[in-house]
Order: sequence, then C-alpha cells, then structure tokens
Amino acid sequence: MSVEPFRKLTSRTIVLSEDNIDTDQIIPARFLTTTERSGLGKAAFYDWRYDDAGRPRNQSPLSLVEQGGHSILVAGSNFGCGSSREHAPWALVDLGVQAVISSDIADIFKSNALKNGLLPVEVDSKTHRQLLNSPGEEVTIDLESQTVRFAEGEWQAVFEVDSFARYCLLEGVDPLGFIMQQLPQIMQFEKGLK
Amino acid sequence: MSNAEDKPLSLFEKLWRRHVVVAEDSERPAVIYIDLHLIHEVTSPQAFDVLAGKELRVRRPDLTFATLDHSTPTLPADDKGVYPYATPAAAAQVDTLIHNCREHDIPLLGLDDPRRGIVHVIGPELGLTQPGKTIVCGDSHTSTHGAFGALAFGIGTTEVGHVLATQCVLQRRPKSMRVTFTGVLSPGVSAKDMALAMIADVGADGGQGYAIEFAGQAVENLSMEGRMTLCNMSIEAGARFGMIAPDATTFEWLEGREQAPSGDKWDTCVADWSTLPSEQDAVFDKEVRIDASAIPPMITYGVSPDAAAAVDGRAPRPVSDAEKHASEYMKFEADQPFSAASVDRVFIGSCTNSRLSDLREAANIMRNRKVKEGVIVLVVPGSETIRAAAEAENLHKIFLKAGAEWRRSGCSMCIAMNGDQGAPGELVVSTSNRNFIGRQGRGVRTVLASPATAAASAIEGRIADPRPYLAVAGR
Repeated sequence: MSVEPFRKLTSRTIVLSEDNIDTDQIIPARFLTTTERSGLGKAAFYDWRYDDAGRPRNQSPLSLVEQGGHSILVAGSNFGCGSSREHAPWALVDLGVQAVISSDIADIFKSNALKNGLLPVEVDSKTHRQLLNSPGEEVTIDLESQTVRFAEGEWQAVFEVDSFARYCLLEGVDPLGFIMQQLPQIMQFEKGLK
Repeated sequence: MSNAEDKPLSLFEKLWRRHVVVAEDSERPAVIYIDLHLIHEVTSPQAFDVLAGKELRVRRPDLTFATLDHSTPTLPADDKGVYPYATPAAAAQVDTLIHNCREHDIPLLGLDDPRRGIVHVIGPELGLTQPGKTIVCGDSHTSTHGAFGALAFGIGTTEVGHVLATQCVLQRRPKSMRVTFTGVLSPGVSAKDMALAMIADVGADGGQGYAIEFAGQAVENLSMEGRMTLCNMSIEAGARFGMIAPDATTFEWLEGREQAPSGDKWDTCVADWSTLPSEQDAVFDKEVRIDASAIPPMITYGVSPDAAAAVDGRAPRPVSDAEKHASEYMKFEADQPFSAASVDRVFIGSCTNSRLSDLREAANIMRNRKVKEGVIVLVVPGSETIRAAAEAENLHKIFLKAGAEWRRSGCSMCIAMNGDQGAPGELVVSTSNRNFIGRQGRGVRTVLASPATAAASAIEGRIADPRPYLAVAGR
C-alpha cells in the first residue's frame, strides 16, 4: 500500500481546546470490533458529535469537518493520549481531518497518524495559543519547509517532524518497503541469535 | 574512561543495543529486532489484511503468540456451545483471529484453552516474557512486560503488520527517565498506589518520549505481580516503555514456567540476565524521586489518570477549565470527602490488577463480608490459569458469598467492548488503568484504585479506605 504524498495543506481550522483528549474520545472502544480500517468517520468523536439518542449535536465544531473545508484540527496539549488503537487516526482521516496541531501529541498516536497521512504538528506554546484562539482561520501547513502559517499575513512558525516520517509522507513511501529492503541485515542479525 | 563507549550503561541502553539491526541516524530510525510479538483480536485483523494484499507470509510465527481477550465474553458458552458475544461484529473479530492464526501457523490460546487470558497476563505466566527480550503488541499496556527487564512497548496496527512481515520495527531511541521509590510501603498500600502516585507526580504527559526505569527499595521489594502493575501504567504517564531490573525475584517467578528455558539453558540465561541491570553511574535524562513510605492508598477523582489523590482526602477545588469540566463530569463537589461518594459498581480485573495476588488482596477484605446492597461487583481473573488457581484456594467462594460475580478471564470492563460495562451516570471503582470519559460505558464515572480499595468500596458502597480492614484481619 503506497501512501498518498503529503506536501502542503491549506484549510480552515476547528479548535478543540481541551487538554488530554484521549483515544477513547477520538473513537470509543465499542467501535473497535471492526476488522476493517475504512468507514470509521462516523465513529470519530462519536460521543461528542451525537447525543444519547444518536441525534447530532449541532454545536460541535466537528460538524464543520464533515461539511468540508475544515481539515485542520487544533487541539489542547497531550492530544491522542491513551491507547495504541490506530482506529483513532483512521477515524479522523475518514471524517476529513488531515492534520492535528497541538503543543504536545502523544507518542503512539503520533506514530500511527504519520503512517496514515494524518500530519501531527507540534508547535511552541505561543503558536499553540494563537491557533487555539483563532478557530476557523485559514492555515497553511508546509511539510517541505516544516512551517505553519496563517494564509493571510506574515506570521509563521516552524515545527519539528521525524525526518524519516517526513520523507515517507513527502514521497508517498511505505515504511514497510524500507524495512523489507533491510532483510539481508535482519537475516544476518538472526544468525547471531542462535 | 573518556571514550563514550565506556560510559556506564543503563538497563534500557543494554536492551536497546542488543536489538539494533540497523543503527539510527539523522535520516532514519533504527531497525529494531523483536523477540516476541503478542497479538490479539482487536488490533491485528487490518495488519493481516496488509500481508494478504502484498502476498506476504508471517516471517516468524514461532516468535508470534496470540490470545483472545478484548472482545471476548467473560460469561460461559450456553448449552449449545454459543458464546454470549456483545455483537455479531465482536464474534466475527474473534473468528478472524482464529482464522489468521490457522492460516499463518501462529500459536493461539483459543476460547476454551485453559491457559487463555489477557495478553499481558499470559505472556509472563507462560514464561514467554523473559528478561532481555524485545516484546511488542498492538496494545499500549505492553510496557507491563518491562517488569521482567524486557524492552516492551505498544505499537499501532501498521507496525503490527511490519513485525508480522519482517520481525522488526522502526524506532527512534527514546530519552531515559529513572523513577526511584525510596523507603518501604505502608500496610494497605500496593503497587497500584505507587503507579497512581507516580502519574500524579510526573503528569499524564510527563513521561512522553521517555523510557522509564523504576528503581529503589520499594520497587525491589515488590513481587513480580506488583512490578507488572507498576510497569503497566507507564503509558498513563505518557511513556511507552517502563522497566525494572531483573533480579532473584524475577528468576524465581520465571523458573519452571512452560516456555521458560530449563536445565543448563536456564543457568546460562540467568547468568546473562544478571548482567542487565543498570550500572551504578548510569546517567538518565530525567530523574524523579518518590518517598514510597509517604504514599497512601490512592484513588483518581478526575478524567485523566494524573488526577489522583489519597483515598481519605477531599476533592480539590477545580481551577482550570479542564478541571472544572472533569469535576462536573465526575460530580465530586469541591472539599467533599471522597468517602461521601456512593458507589454503584466495582470492577476487579484488567491487565493492571487481575493476578492471583490482586484477587487475594481483594478476597482478604471481602471474606465473611457482604457487598453493600445495590452495588454490582465484577471479579474477572486475568487468565484461565489464574481462575483455576483462585478456585483451588476457594477465593471464588469468598467473592460469590459476598455477592460479587465471578467471571471468566478477559479485558472486560477495563475497555468495555465485550458487553461488560457500567450504565450512564454510574460511579465505578475500578482496578483498571484509565478513567477517561466513557471508557467503561457512555456516561460512566470511573475511579481508579487498588484491589484492596476496590474491595473495601464494594463492602461499604462508597469510596472506602482499605486500611481499617487490614487491622481487623490482623495483617
């Protein structure tokens, strides 16, 4: 499975300012009985988007993602903490989210997101605050130059991203292919284990 | 000694170096060899699909081991052998793993296997988990196995596919943190309380990017079960890795287990494993010290595991928006003693606290007592082996006589995807690891605690301090 390359994204943001948004919020466990990775958008933030009777909650900014044009999620710190479920990025991508910006994104979520074309962007706290206070602004994330900026205006901030993950995203490279290329070394390593 | 290669090595550094197939550099992460890959029904089906799509086989089925736990019912099959799955999807997920294991010759503990259980319970129990190994699983609580001096960490489903196909993962070296627990624990305080105290201290993201080594007298004094509980909750502090140096306690616990080495091989392994502990002057990127003798029985009062406090304390006054939101959800009024909160349900189980010593700790308090009327109590052993061992010493009779339910093994109410869950608004005292909103069922309010605190709360029908019970029991 080759991955769709990710170079640059310009979109409006939605803001979920809560800290510690965990994977059980992103996709409740009861939706994890699937054996597929597609079609999980409906389950994304289900309990935030739908009430107990299954009626949509109108006030949720997440409804803007479904409507389109809002594919950047700006979230509070420690986003994606909790479980290793890759269903979390699968659900967000299927809903229409293409990048998550926070001051601090949980390790396993970040690793999973990068493998699914969902860009985790960790920014300094000042930039974070600025973005949290600007819901609906048009923002450009440029992976090539590792910058994030408001579409209007001069201001921009730099973000760090793992160099290998960046390369894979820019070129649409599947990391599995890279590991497969190392098979001679892996076999050599196994010989030493005996 | 000026050579960087001569620097004193930590346990983590030794484990890491032993498994580097291709070293990391600025352009790419290390290729790390995996000695044991544990799989379960929830995070593996899509990985097998990737293999099928690429016409790849599982490279080392002999280093792969499967169990059924997450979607698996904890109630027995009916007369016709039909299990009470929560949904047809849950049944299909279990069937998919059974099929994939058959297709790829992967050993699987099936539904009726007397050794089946929670993935992080059966690995150690069978002796698959050993010091010095790299162990991965598509589950964030894989750090549990670090209790044996293994490098164990949770991975996503894409990485499960990588390991199935190549027996390797790509991994950047994490930073190192040592959490030292000085002194000895007070009576009525257990490894769960240490874990909650540690998370409250460093914060829910304080361990992010780190591999944690737990050390100090109170850690050395822990049983293997206690060490597993402590390492299990590393991820609740944000750390993917938690580990403890192997010692005599580790070796004694492992010796004679089904998959543990035996004979001369055993002696060779013990000699090797004894070289793993961190050297005296090993340097860590971050050091945390916690006075274990000052840790009380702990509970959580919020919706993040770092919102933890002494069971005999009072709910703090919320300050930030997040704290206000959490306090509204949990319905703990500021300055109200936790003991004033009435309990609807109690769950004793999960990969954190479902081992024999945990069940004994709970049974000790519930012996000859009754669960408070109206409180539903679920006791779910971590494996069928533990269930049999508990029944052999009649622990199940203590629970049943007290009015609790005694179930088959599985993740059950920890993740609440097999039908075991609370009802909206209920307060659940739970020995599991996460108090996230809705974790144990929509609208359920979870209070994390030790088995002793959970048992005392079951008896009193409110959040209760276990210490008075221990005095009576003369322990």
